[in-house]
Amino acid sequence: MTERWQKLRHDHRVVWLVYIALAMLLVALPFLTGAALGRGWVRILDFTLLYVMLALGLNIVVGYAGLLDLGYIAFYAVGAYLYALLASPHFGLHLPFWALLPMGAGIAGLFGILLGAPTLRLRGDYLAIVTLGFGEIIRIFLNNLNAPINITNGPQGVNLIDPIAFGGFSFSQTHTFFGASFPGIYTYYYLFLALALLIIFVSLRLQNSRIGRAWVAIREDEVAAEAMGINTRNIKLLAFAMGASFAGISGGLFAGFQGFISPESFNLFESIIVLCMIVLGGMGNIAGVILGAVLLTIFPEALRYIGDLQSYLFGHIVVDAADLRMLIFGLALVLIMVFRPAGLLPSVRRRHEFGSDASVLAQEQASLYDTRR
Amino acid sequence: MSSLEARGLEVSYGGIRAVKGIDLTVRSGELVCLIGANGAGKTTTLKSLCGMLAPSHGEVLYEGVPIAGRPSYELVRRGISMVPEGRGIFGRLTLEENLRIGAYTRRDHAAIRADLERLYELFPRLAERRAQQAGTLSGGEQQMLAIGRALMSRPRLLLLDEPSMGLAPMLVQKIFETIRRIAEEGMTLLLVEQNARLALEVSHRGYVMESGNIVLADSAKALLKDPKVQHAYLGG
Repeated sequence: MTERWQKLRHDHRVVWLVYIALAMLLVALPFLTGAALGRGWVRILDFTLLYVMLALGLNIVVGYAGLLDLGYIAFYAVGAYLYALLASPHFGLHLPFWALLPMGAGIAGLFGILLGAPTLRLRGDYLAIVTLGFGEIIRIFLNNLNAPINITNGPQGVNLIDPIAFGGFSFSQTHTFFGASFPGIYTYYYLFLALALLIIFVSLRLQNSRIGRAWVAIREDEVAAEAMGINTRNIKLLAFAMGASFAGISGGLFAGFQGFISPESFNLFESIIVLCMIVLGGMGNIAGVILGAVLLTIFPEALRYIGDLQSYLFGHIVVDAADLRMLIFGLALVLIMVFRPAGLLPSVRRRHEFGSDASVLAQEQASLYDTRR
Repeated sequence: MSSLEARGLEVSYGGIRAVKGIDLTVRSGELVCLIGANGAGKTTTLKSLCGMLAPSHGEVLYEGVPIAGRPSYELVRRGISMVPEGRGIFGRLTLEENLRIGAYTRRDHAAIRADLERLYELFPRLAERRAQQAGTLSGGEQQMLAIGRALMSRPRLLLLDEPSMGLAPMLVQKIFETIRRIAEEGMTLLLVEQNARLALEVSHRGYVMESGNIVLADSAKALLKDPKVQHAYLGG
């Protein structure tokens, strides 16, 4: 059985067929989802792709370089606010999308360095606390920068943000191609998919590059990494900047997609959820991180049906769905961590060496909470 | 010609002087050892020579150029490589990935490939395990890997910090045999070691360190016969 499986995996034709099937599925997904579950779920698909980009960015910082960042959502906020302020009636600026996207990546990357530079000597718990503080500072700034000069419009947020448009093509309107009608949420899906694929590609290239190895080396033993000639300071800053720039891109897309943003969207819980995605999916493994992001975006939404399920089963609602939803969500997280402590799809590096569950836990904790260095 | 020269080297940790103004020379092609008891300041000295610690006073010259206070990632590019205490293996990377990180400062991919093959010839045991995760190797294999990894940057000066630490006596013999072979190929080496007898047996010259000072400096043969050294370090 396993032998046949191995054979199949190494047959190029089979691999190509799988890729083609996957590509066709991804292309058809919004239509299938829209037809089966309704427009609301296509919107959730769009959000899933935004979270995939976010999670892959955090994966560079936490998964590759081993720097525990609890304020990661701040970079998402930076990207979102940059887009919102430069493409909305708030300042009367309407910069084009093609300029805003790289700008969002760049400015968020700069903020990544801003956070990274003072925290270079910190690791584990200490770094986590400082990054947590950084995330909150950004959010509080966004909340309060409406006086004396109104920059962010404070807690009211920024409204009427320009939808994403490329040339004359607006992603928010319904278009017709080949006789089929593509509403805005569908065209957004394809845009987000393209950018998510780009970010996946960059992540893959980074993983097997000289820089990727340097990140792992720093995570494993910083002193030895430096003895190898790695400029640990710059390489760590690069991890922060890369991770942040992915979040910046995702944030800009979020602002254009939503049309409205406020500081409330960028609270600590969001940072934690993105971290959960990569821990649960399998830190350092791109497929695992994507799986984690997909599950953690879709699962809480699916749990909204729990009220309907109760009415169907019992004829009335027994426990309030909103209460039960988070309870089940939390329970699911705990169960996954108990039975798959290294994540659903652990990276090869982690999978190989772990014999028993106990050693998995010890290793994972050691890498996350190593305070000796 | 001297490869490495330290003059009046002083290193302090938070106001405590761990190295109190030492002079030390390693000539090109020489294998020099620095021996002494635990806490004598050997590792501190080594760390300040390879850029991991900045000396508070004194001069360090490498091939005639002052390098005191330069960061280690720069010194690797200039040809100084170090095998850290406790080996510093990247356990989650494979053996070959570890070696590739050793060549981090180099861009000549074809030559790196050739060096890898040469290294596998030098250490056949490593060749068998090239795809294995380094963390699963035995202590002796890890030490071999650490030395091999340090050689991958093509250094002209190799600094070794306690290569015998935590290894069974038979493996220690093997490691020292390897060090001797590397020296015979013309490498300049500075070896920091607690195992004084073995270190002196492979070295050309030796320095003896005691509480931050160098108390003896002589040829390795003379040190082996020195009654003070015999009494204090060789159990004689």
